[in-house]
Amino acid sequence: MNMLRAALMMLCVLGASSALADTLSGAVLAQQGNGHGVAPCMACHGADGGGQAAAGFPRLAGLSQAYLRKQLDDFANGSRVNATMQPVASGLSDTERDAVAEYYSKLPTPPVTPSPAPSGDIAQVGQRLATRGRWSDALPACEQCHGPGGVGVGDHFPPLSGQSAVYLSNQLHAWQQGSRRNDPLQLMQSVSGKLSDDDVAAIGAWYAAQMNVSPKEQQP
Amino acid sequence: MKRMRPILIGAVLLLTACERSAPQTAASSAHVPAPATSSTKVTDHFVPPPESAIPGDDFGKQVALGRQIFIDPGHYAKAYVGNQLSCENCHLDAGRLANSAPLWGAYPMYPAYRSKNHHVNTFAERLQGCFNYSMNGKAPPLGDPVLVALESYAYWMSKGEPIGTSLPGRSYPKVTKPALAPDYARGTAVFKRDCALCHGGDGQGQQAAGRTVFPPLWGPQSFNWGAGMEQVNNAAGFIKANMPLGRGNTLTDQDAWDVAYYMDAHERPQDPRFNGSIQATRAAYHDTPDSLYGVAVNGQTLGQGTAKP
Repeated sequence: MNMLRAALMMLCVLGASSALADTLSGAVLAQQGNGHGVAPCMACHGADGGGQAAAGFPRLAGLSQAYLRKQLDDFANGSRVNATMQPVASGLSDTERDAVAEYYSKLPTPPVTPSPAPSGDIAQVGQRLATRGRWSDALPACEQCHGPGGVGVGDHFPPLSGQSAVYLSNQLHAWQQGSRRNDPLQLMQSVSGKLSDDDVAAIGAWYAAQMNVSPKEQQP
Repeated sequence: MKRMRPILIGAVLLLTACERSAPQTAASSAHVPAPATSSTKVTDHFVPPPESAIPGDDFGKQVALGRQIFIDPGHYAKAYVGNQLSCENCHLDAGRLANSAPLWGAYPMYPAYRSKNHHVNTFAERLQGCFNYSMNGKAPPLGDPVLVALESYAYWMSKGEPIGTSLPGRSYPKVTKPALAPDYARGTAVFKRDCALCHGGDGQGQQAAGRTVFPPLWGPQSFNWGAGMEQVNNAAGFIKANMPLGRGNTLTDQDAWDVAYYMDAHERPQDPRFNGSIQATRAAYHDTPDSLYGVAVNGQTLGQGTAKP
């Protein structure tokens, strides 16, 4: 009888602690790392998941869970080459990757201080490529896939708004160079190949200067 | 470099509906010198004036309004639009892109006799058809500010063209009939591989911030059974040249036909000319092998229409 009671008690304790672990693990990973060599995410991505603009560390807060999970897998498998993120992603277990992706997807979109608006040619080129594209080169506008204002669309087209110029231009260069090649249907490899260095700088400057907006997704 | 898989992404499919039965004219191709623009590229088709050349006067205001309507009819011509599509979904780059049924390809071909309605249509009447069918809405009356603005935009874009001459890049390209008859199962596979990423596994597209980003390809929010894109040959031409978005001409002809067939083998809003019987409506308006209206696919006769959203 006593044995049974003790066993029940054990089960309760175990159950409670594992439930606790499940709910906290994303936050714990983000704030403390996993205790097996993976540093806390917030060290680079900020306490609110807003990233660090100057360093090019991207905003994670409010991004699609499926997108975040895929990026972790791709850092680990090398289809998105990044010296910092490769060991981090590789050091996370399957459930840890899920937990951290879920955690950041549920964080509110942090307020962003837009960088100063570009002017002159850069502004014109940036706005044009973002909103109209350059169809003489068969180049669609950024927002034709990433949504109005670059708010992001679904699980495959992440937000561009709320990301820094450094991060966005780093990514465009990575697509161009082939160090990032984890895009579905090779859409970004195709698009980035049609951009000059000036185009890349203009797009980064354009989106970094926009106010951050949250997508109001509607299903038809 | 590995050959890239075509994608269908797109963003788009839709409005094509508009060039359904082409006006009958001699198809002599004229060589039109491109007007002076900032572009120095050599092209084999007409290049419309840059948008920056829209004048600032009262005429230019109508041109600019026409362009806005074209890009966002759900906002600027709301009363006449009955679905989530935009003109630009099928006429890419605000109606400027060659092989995407550009406005500069259509404008100089009107007035024209059309077998679709058995009389000579003005350009304005042609635009009315887009609203009736592709936009599943209602036609603005002749002289309505919406039609005036759209016609002004098309006229402005066509400056310097010959009249009554079918120019290279007009409409959608004709895609050679493939070796195998278009097939639903193969079309399904192409759709899943190259289209569903953007248009969704259910073909209903995706919206963000209250706007259609990837248009619905069938169902209550898409073009209706009277639209030109309902014909598999038209859809195959659009898809081949323009899908996945920005990666046109990467699908094989067979893939383009198969996936066009797949798209057009789904229900969509009823043809507004429906006369009470699917078979009689087919006989009157869809009597072509390129239309699946009234045809049984997978045991279901198409042409039932969809409930109003």
